[in-house]
Amino acid sequence: MTPDLLLKIELLSNPNVLSVVRGAVERLAEMVGFAPPESRSIVRAVDEALSNVMRHCYCGRLDQPIELYFRRLRRRSKGARKEGLEVLLCDRGPAVDQAKLRGHTPGKLRPGGLGLHFIRQAMDAVEYERVGRTNRLRLVKYLPPAKAHPEQ
Amino acid sequence: MQISIRRVGNATIFDVSGDIDLANSPEVREALLHEVRENRRPRVVLNLCDVRYIDSSGVASLVESLKASRDIGSRFILFGLQGPAREVLQLSRLLKVFEIYDTEIEALES
Repeated sequence: MTPDLLLKIELLSNPNVLSVVRGAVERLAEMVGFAPPESRSIVRAVDEALSNVMRHCYCGRLDQPIELYFRRLRRRSKGARKEGLEVLLCDRGPAVDQAKLRGHTPGKLRPGGLGLHFIRQAMDAVEYERVGRTNRLRLVKYLPPAKAHPEQ
Repeated sequence: MQISIRRVGNATIFDVSGDIDLANSPEVREALLHEVRENRRPRVVLNLCDVRYIDSSGVASLVESLKASRDIGSRFILFGLQGPAREVLQLSRLLKVFEIYDTEIEALES
């Protein structure tokens, strides 16, 4: 697996920049080869993950650091090529209580918890780990097989 | 995001444009809940024709407003949902929970 860095974004935990990040992620997902509905899903997942960090890890403080890394994934699995996009979101808030990463079942008339559902619905892999004082959320979305770029 | 308010008969119509996300959903929530709980309008209608994006905090604001309106026996109505906004309510499995119409006329005549 060779992840190639496509874009790195450093931002502060101010919700006013979310729309800027959404615009960048949508263009990037299209550049990688995702169709518009898949690109919108990726945008939604990244936006919800960032919102969660701003609300829950940084408790609404506007000046805390967040880093986003976007890498192109290329891997071989059982002879087939798989390509996609990896998003790594890093923050320096307190460790996340993994029991709270479950979200709630959609369709119920109660606010809250939908963000995690949107993230899981959109992405092929959602992995959280604590490394030192950093929370790392890794999101992966693979291109449908026909969209994978030919061997270069 | 911009939000403006109109009163038509016994209905209050909120015209929202732009994206509803964490940056502004508290403003949307406060405006809607004030109209439902404080002004106790019998029909609160949200025009989403010009809304390009709604995040989960925006959906939560709509859910809270719907619950508040049910609590006092009024109606909370959405109209003009465009693709991405409809997609979010579909993913939330809330399309059938809300009262949704295509146009303002349908929303007001319902």
